[in-house]
Amino acid sequence: MLTTDICIIGAGPVGLFAVFEAGLLKMRCHLIDALPQVGGQLSEIYPQKPIYDIPGYPEVKAQDLVNNLMEQIAPFHPQFTLGERVEALERQPDGSLVVQTSEGTAIHCQVVVIAGGLGSFEPRKPEIRNLEAFEGRGVAYLVKNPEALRDRRVVLAGGGDSALDWTLFLADIAREVTLVHRGDSFRGAPDSAEKVVELARRGRINLLLQSNVTSLGGNGHLQEVTLAAKDGAITRLLADQFIPLFGLTPKLGPIADWGLQVDKSAIEVNTRDFATSAERIYAIGDINTYPGKLKLILCGFHEAALMCQSAFQYVHPNQKLSFKYTTVNGIPTF
Amino acid sequence: MIRFNIEDRNGERQPIDIPEGIQLTLMEVIKAAAYPISAACGGMALCATCHVRVVRGADALPPVNDAEGALLDTLPNAGASSRLACQLPVDESLEGAVFRLEGED
Repeated sequence: MLTTDICIIGAGPVGLFAVFEAGLLKMRCHLIDALPQVGGQLSEIYPQKPIYDIPGYPEVKAQDLVNNLMEQIAPFHPQFTLGERVEALERQPDGSLVVQTSEGTAIHCQVVVIAGGLGSFEPRKPEIRNLEAFEGRGVAYLVKNPEALRDRRVVLAGGGDSALDWTLFLADIAREVTLVHRGDSFRGAPDSAEKVVELARRGRINLLLQSNVTSLGGNGHLQEVTLAAKDGAITRLLADQFIPLFGLTPKLGPIADWGLQVDKSAIEVNTRDFATSAERIYAIGDINTYPGKLKLILCGFHEAALMCQSAFQYVHPNQKLSFKYTTVNGIPTF
Repeated sequence: MIRFNIEDRNGERQPIDIPEGIQLTLMEVIKAAAYPISAACGGMALCATCHVRVVRGADALPPVNDAEGALLDTLPNAGASSRLACQLPVDESLEGAVFRLEGED
């Protein structure tokens, strides 16, 4: 079991900055994020978009802000568990907490800080009969190990960049690749789209446009994918693997079941220290709500600072907190 | 005044009147009218929680922009009449239109 002082759920800008504020108070942090990289929405969704309301930065690209935050918190040696979703929270007899992830990672901590933004990004699931029944039995929403698809019959669905990219990649590996797209053209990267159309023209892949997957069939494992074309034609394809790629959508996930007071997928906190309704559990950034809440990164930074002042009592119960400016004291690393 | 109609997920249709020259998107108006859309991304064409179907008046609307098109392509339940309300400015082009809320939970 891993041990830390503060377990931060969500490695977006606010979670990252919390490491800095915690570090100033000699509290160590471990961050968990469902995404495989740090930065949250900034890195996942709009890395190249400029942000104009970070104090001191007239303009900063989202990914640059994340990179700068990583540099800023490096002296405090945060630990990271990435690509794992937080599943469960267990209270210990002494009040401390153990956080469990989807992959079985367990982290013991004195304080939990939920900095989960919009929630964890999960794959959008299209409405297809038997889809969930075949999850893990031929249905996957991302390609974790392309080698496992070698010599298999793979059907992909979707019209975005990831559908195009995986079609191109798997064309060389799988025995048969079929891409099903609702539209009659692709709006993604023109280069990838052209290559996909060319592969289809040469018969290397099957490209089925203006079609939707409507149901899945099989006996214990996926064997068949049924499609409906716009003109009403029904097609059945033999398939070992079906990969719907319809992007990610944020969900609050298991945190919703932790007994915290929640209002419309946001966690209610008090504005004194951004504590939730449960002791030792705080919520900062876009995931919390309170009267006057503004979903701004800079507000999340402020919340992180105040949260740390309060969390100190649980991490260092026998010490008195004395506030020090970094201009006077520098960065007391550890 | 610009008048258009919003149809909720139960099929109930309500007219909405908005003064000309207002600097709002359709998403902001739908939200202000207390319809249950989360508009999680705040208008960046990222979350699709403001996904609407244009039941009437699609031809008068501005064309789908790149960001909107890219997201609509990834939506499993989108169709030819799908738009993101956050990418539609409220102006004369909405006059008489009917939008049905689709969105996501």
